Amino acid sequence: MSILIDRNTRVMTQGITGKTGAFHTRLCRDYANGVACFVAGVNPNKAGENFEGIPIFATAAEAKQKTGANVSVIYVPPPAAASAIDEAVDAGLDLVICITEGVPVRDMIATRYRMRGKKTILVGPNCPGVITPDEIKIGIMPGHIHKKGRIGVVSRSGTLTYEAVGQLMELGLGQSTCVGIGGDPVNGMKHIDVMKLFNADPETDAVIMVGEIGGDDEETCARWIKDNMRKPVVGFIAGVTAPAGKRMGHAGAIISGGKGTAQEKLAVMEECGIKVTRNPADMGKLLASVL
Amino acid sequence: MNVHEYQGKEILRRYGVATPQGVPCFSVADADDAARRLGGKAWVVKAQIHAGGRGKGGGVKVAKTLAEVHDAAEKILGMTLITHQTGPQGRLVKRLLVEEGANIERELYVGMVVDRSSQRVTLMASSEGGMDIEEVAARTPEKIYKVAIDPGMGLTAAQADDMARKIGMPDASIGEARRFMQGLYQAFEECDASLAEINPLILTADGRVLALDAKLNFDDNALFRHPDIVAMRDLDEEDPAEVEASRFDLSYISLGGNIGCLVNGAGLAMATMDAIKLFGAEPANFLDVGGGATAQKVTEAFKLMLKNPAVKGILVNIFGGIMRCDTIAQGVIAAAREVNLSVPLVVRMKGTNEELGRELLRASGLPIISADNMADAARKIVAAVAGK
Repeated sequence: MSILIDRNTRVMTQGITGKTGAFHTRLCRDYANGVACFVAGVNPNKAGENFEGIPIFATAAEAKQKTGANVSVIYVPPPAAASAIDEAVDAGLDLVICITEGVPVRDMIATRYRMRGKKTILVGPNCPGVITPDEIKIGIMPGHIHKKGRIGVVSRSGTLTYEAVGQLMELGLGQSTCVGIGGDPVNGMKHIDVMKLFNADPETDAVIMVGEIGGDDEETCARWIKDNMRKPVVGFIAGVTAPAGKRMGHAGAIISGGKGTAQEKLAVMEECGIKVTRNPADMGKLLASVL
Repeated sequence: MNVHEYQGKEILRRYGVATPQGVPCFSVADADDAARRLGGKAWVVKAQIHAGGRGKGGGVKVAKTLAEVHDAAEKILGMTLITHQTGPQGRLVKRLLVEEGANIERELYVGMVVDRSSQRVTLMASSEGGMDIEEVAARTPEKIYKVAIDPGMGLTAAQADDMARKIGMPDASIGEARRFMQGLYQAFEECDASLAEINPLILTADGRVLALDAKLNFDDNALFRHPDIVAMRDLDEEDPAEVEASRFDLSYISLGGNIGCLVNGAGLAMATMDAIKLFGAEPANFLDVGGGATAQKVTEAFKLMLKNPAVKGILVNIFGGIMRCDTIAQGVIAAAREVNLSVPLVVRMKGTNEELGRELLRASGLPIISADNMADAARKIVAAVAGK
């Protein structure tokens, strides 16, 4: 099964003709069932044309109607990225994955507000994307470092997700699905949302949860795990050495009801029965120890 | 991005947020002139640096005569102001704000911030103004009131009035407090602020509501639509190394340790710093070269790290997913040659063409130490720096 995406997912790419969009669309199409999965592109100025055989439509709604695509991936530049999400949500897609880095927070507040009550799930922005190994890859992660297996990975950071995957692979452990939720303050899926899906997925046996300083998403997820999760979870939080105040406004820390430090997050996770490591090279080994 | 107090107040006034009258000054003569033009019987001379705690550090003085304004300006301008936010090296004062004195009846606090969990802008207010709000939050959290602002409706009159009453605003001044808070929200929203703090917000003896201080931070991702705010950037207030890094699209933060680290991706960079600490040393910097690191970018990153005289060793940790390890190795070799590297260098690369990358490092003849994983890399650089 896996979560969010599989070989039957049909994807449209918003921003398919830009440099990043074109580069990664090629890599995604070349991965596993990519040729069957990546069925449409969206660009109002190039409607009717095609990108190396993938038809381009004027709008997300039209791309959905003509190709049956139910998922979108967005590489649109930051000033227009939130409107691209709005368009995909209005088209009634199931899932939107926004890779774009640098989207203004105000735009995301407005977009998340518009999404209230809509069925569309958002991953990102500022994320590597989602991969179900050996079936489909949607995003900018290197496909070849993954293989199919039964471990779920959820992380706010890109390369640190690859690091976790690399460690699993050294131990021969494949992944059910890896989800990079991105590091922006206002975004779509949080750790807890992904964790609920892994809990319900019969093909996931255990989960690596990678977090970082700022906010309290990891704590919220940890408390949910304590009461609901039926599978082992291990964790790592990056930023024990990060200086306070460099990335977080102090007023922001007050509002979240905690300080958002790595130590605090690790402490809450341990209280909730999650095995954590302070050594980023030990994520894989720690996961193997709980199987 | 941060701006000075006088710039923040200038922005706020455009949205109808009341502040005392004031003039930014760059010399003592400017200050004399400003005080004369402002008139009145009292003035406040305030150091303009991007750090809080200026009053305690001697950077804010009240003057009762024009001569006192002159003396205060002379003292503050050019002083190295040390506050709890500047670090022990302090900050050189190059700008002043001369303001009319205000007749303070009460000091309050109002702040605005983006709350990650509700995904809304949140207004915070407290009757405990004029002091460190973190202390208030720690000692008397019940004295901080919060309300999430609906993006569709904005800060409503009812919400603003309720907050004003909660922090003890007298009935006669509720209307003015409402206009103040609604103006602040409008400024926050339209200028893409990430943080606004008015501490203190004052109630004057004649019932006016004024921002006596103003701290505004802006969302860097949204600066493209605010050229007027970008023009307010004061590079003197930023770490020169961080400014230099931003020119090459590198994300760099100076830290106190002696091991420089060069990593791709912010999360992995933080994890690498954590690994260095775990093995008993301290990182000298955070440096994220980003996804598409070229040989030139890697060279600039090396130069940047080595400008810090405290750096006694360098750790390179690259997870080359789509970026190939042989390309990275070439960049590292070119950089090490160009800067005549004289400190130990440990390189850990993972991903595509890993073996080829390592072979290139070996064949270079440079004293580069290869590592198998992040922990191995951290252990090796810590040992090398310790001379073991």
